[in-house]
Amino acid sequence: MQNPYLPYPVRIDEIITETEDKNLKTFKFVFLNPEDEEKFAYRAGQFAELSIAGKGEIPIGIASSPTEKGFVMFTVNKVGLVSTHLHAMQVGDIMGIRGPLGNSYPWDVVKGKNLVIIGGGFAFTTLRSSIIYLLDPQNRADYGNIDVIYGARTPGMLLYRDELAEWEARDDINMHITVDGTDDPDWKYNTGFVPTIADQKAPPGDDDTYAIICGPPIMIKFTQPVLDRNAYAHDHIIMSLENRMKCGVGMCGRCNIGREFVCKDGPVFTLAELNKTPKEY
Amino acid sequence: MEILKIKKDDLSKGLDALKKSYRLFGPAKTESCHEFKRLEQDEQPDFNFSNTRLSPKAIIYPQSETMFTYSLDENDEDAHILKEVNSLDAPQAVIGIRPCDADAFLLVKRNFDAPDYKDPYWLNAYAKTTLVGLACEKPCPTCFCTTAGSGPFSERGVDILLADAGDDYLAKVITDKGSALAKAAGWDAPSDPDSATEEIERLKTAAEEKISSHVETDHLDKIDTTALHQAPFWEDTAFACINCGTCTFLCPTCWCFDIQDETCGAKGERLRNWDSCMFPIFTVHGTGHNPRGTKKQRVRQRFMHKLKYYVDKYEIGIQCVGCGRCIRSCPVNIDIRKICNLMNHYKPDTVEEPAS
Repeated sequence: MQNPYLPYPVRIDEIITETEDKNLKTFKFVFLNPEDEEKFAYRAGQFAELSIAGKGEIPIGIASSPTEKGFVMFTVNKVGLVSTHLHAMQVGDIMGIRGPLGNSYPWDVVKGKNLVIIGGGFAFTTLRSSIIYLLDPQNRADYGNIDVIYGARTPGMLLYRDELAEWEARDDINMHITVDGTDDPDWKYNTGFVPTIADQKAPPGDDDTYAIICGPPIMIKFTQPVLDRNAYAHDHIIMSLENRMKCGVGMCGRCNIGREFVCKDGPVFTLAELNKTPKEY
Repeated sequence: MEILKIKKDDLSKGLDALKKSYRLFGPAKTESCHEFKRLEQDEQPDFNFSNTRLSPKAIIYPQSETMFTYSLDENDEDAHILKEVNSLDAPQAVIGIRPCDADAFLLVKRNFDAPDYKDPYWLNAYAKTTLVGLACEKPCPTCFCTTAGSGPFSERGVDILLADAGDDYLAKVITDKGSALAKAAGWDAPSDPDSATEEIERLKTAAEEKISSHVETDHLDKIDTTALHQAPFWEDTAFACINCGTCTFLCPTCWCFDIQDETCGAKGERLRNWDSCMFPIFTVHGTGHNPRGTKKQRVRQRFMHKLKYYVDKYEIGIQCVGCGRCIRSCPVNIDIRKICNLMNHYKPDTVEEPAS
């Protein structure tokens, strides 16, 4: 019987401090047993439990893309016991990851469609995974136009800044980067909250266009009316949720919204699905 | 299906024989009530009880159990890597479990034995356990098993069902596990099948007639989830609740758990502990945001889970066997029967929906 609670042992291979407040770090992990990497086959939008013996586990979205081999990557905000401990760990340290867990963005459903990817703050991790996956030469032709609206409080709070610049330079993805505000005279992108920029930049909704949203509750709350106004059907609005989790496999009972478990039945739901469940997230 | 006749004297002889190969558990009198406990060499179960205060769920699903061990000693080759622990391998048996409590394991099994994930700890312990049920002849006033999908003589989930027939027990052997246990106990005296069946039927009817309280569940699957979630009666229902968690602690069908690491020196264990939806920390996010931060939200979660979400998810009825423990022990007299009936009869159209 496969024990779904047993993490794969991994070694921290690289640590990157992402943001100017130093509260967000990206960790690249390498599996100690190479065969575990194959068992950890994942899709963009899934998450895993990062497991530190003696501290516990945290559910974190997978930031690397299935098209990137040899490592898995997570960007972690320093919040509680486990994430604070993780931030103090060093390259070479041994820990565990357990997963992949949850569904993923519905890549079969959105095949051949236009995508508007809307993200805010440090919730951009599984969206980075998605963009890397979509831009892979093997996959890019399978999808229509790609628009990305991504915002953070300040330029220094944006994740993956080198990659954002690379994507800006490409002609097969339309980047709309924004910050809430900045006094940097050289800032050459948008200024304004994500919902405002989404209203200006998102293409109008139709049968062939899907919105994928991941961000803090306040961003989601104000982005939804924008999408409504731009005629996005609720089954074309795809959202990734988070709730407190322990088991990650639908058994421990805490992350449910109605009969659905965010960990197993989600974390990705369409707004049409969420409209049928209690708003306990 | 075979019905054996066990002389009351032979029951204890059989149990003594069983102790060679099984870990036995049975009801025992404590200072104020009966609880299930491990039966040591010279101990016999005490059948002079209506039901135990705590459910016997801990025999299969311990309140705290080790999932993994680890070492934090850098000199150890496997430092920081979680190691699986040896699982229970000896068979165990619960003697005198009430049919409702045996049935509860079947309800809980649906959670731990999902199509995509299997919980190895629960499933292994369940597989190693034989349940020898003791039919109820004197149900409590708080018992409502017959309308909760179980019953005082329910055979669901038991491997053997004992019925007290005066000088003897009539033992209905229901599963292969039950048959193996009866053999190991040396219980092999057959009864006259026709008269035994008739006697059990008579006792069953008499017991069922003594069940005086009921729940109505026929509309639960038809009500819209979000409308029921917004029903105005949750405010009243939760008013008296002090979120003590007694209900979830006693309940044979509550399975929620927490996972914690406990380190002592350089060694430690990852533990699984019972948890409760009654506690605010159960759902609080790292940011401090809490989707079920008020007691109304938590009380609603408990009843919605048992009486609506479970009903919709598995389509086999409510997540409750009607044992009545939560009613008997609730310090503020919250009564699941009353709430079940409120939910079942709720008509969203006729009531104005308050804001959440």
